[in-house]
Amino acid sequence: MTPAKTGAVSAHNAKVMNRFDLTKRMVGQLKHEEAVIGGIGNANFDLWASGQRPQNFYMLGSMGLTIPIAFGVAIAQPRRHVIALEGDGSLLMQLGCLATVAMRAPKNLTIIVWDNGIYQITGSQPTASASTADLVNIARGSGLANSAWAADEDDFDRLVAVALKGGGPSLIAARIDHKPAVGATDRDPVQIRERFMRGLGVKN
Amino acid sequence: MTEPRSRAAALPEAAWHETVLAGLKSNNVKLVVYVPDRVFTPLIEAIHADAFFTTFSATREEEAIGIVTGAWMGGMRGAVLMQTSGFATIPNALASLVVPSQIPALIFVSERGTLGEFNLGQAMVCKTMRPVLDSLGVETHTITRQDELAFIIDRSIKQAVATLAPVTFILSPLLTGGKVFEA
Repeated sequence: MTPAKTGAVSAHNAKVMNRFDLTKRMVGQLKHEEAVIGGIGNANFDLWASGQRPQNFYMLGSMGLTIPIAFGVAIAQPRRHVIALEGDGSLLMQLGCLATVAMRAPKNLTIIVWDNGIYQITGSQPTASASTADLVNIARGSGLANSAWAADEDDFDRLVAVALKGGGPSLIAARIDHKPAVGATDRDPVQIRERFMRGLGVKN
Repeated sequence: MTEPRSRAAALPEAAWHETVLAGLKSNNVKLVVYVPDRVFTPLIEAIHADAFFTTFSATREEEAIGIVTGAWMGGMRGAVLMQTSGFATIPNALASLVVPSQIPALIFVSERGTLGEFNLGQAMVCKTMRPVLDSLGVETHTITRQDELAFIIDRSIKQAVATLAPVTFILSPLLTGGKVFEA
């Protein structure tokens, strides 16, 4: 098997890291008002806790649609980089979106997948990625060649830096621990949407 | 010498898909994401042939709803095309994203399940589609006549954008011809 150009780490030897720590590391690299779409549940909560940037959108429902929403923003604003933060369970619910993203190949879209192998917010039942499904292999098979497991925190930082250069759609998967999220979002979808649109310069 | 007939009168009536395309274009709806449908094929082909549009298929209807939601928030208007059975995949996306976030998603449904349907699955979704839309408070128009099509689409897109609310256009077989089956 040919190693992917962004790394040959498999799920089995990737370090188990922490979602809040990695979220902060990722946000710390954002210097150009990049948009970040946080997925339902803990992906959102840790994004919220990392600091409420005007360019953050917190998806309160619609499990599985984080990546499609991010992709739509990327289509509308091709000069802005867009990052989707998605959990393993949510991604498994909407795998077809990886094929759609690969087919359209937006240069300004990065997908980050937090894989803790459990449906953490609903009672920690195991996801298929805990045992048999390899989300990076699924992404590569969907046509996203720039898909890689982050080996450790430094590797995660490096993968994010490469992705933010905008060379094409990228997927970065990180194995994460079972620690709960650090915060919780507000629950006002209109206010979240309005703030985000102002943060993107769509509304004054 | 007789008066020449007016230009408008001399033109043949536009096809339904030409009217839909024109309504999208005149309202600056640039993004069209679809899950294919036989009846909508002339519309999908015409949109692909027009460089004004960004258009592609999604793997699932709720994915298309997510994409046009993101595009709206990024400043681009979008429409979703689907057939009736596909509507059954989107109520969660409507109830938990589009309606509460006030997204003017433009949803076009090719109506199957009535006026000559053979597939019971389409017929069942056809029966549940309008009650679901009504329950969610989503503005819905069933369009049966070519002479009302342009008006309904143009005014409803403008209302959706002005009031930040989704709208569903159900295109009846009376308008499109539908899908014909041998009994």
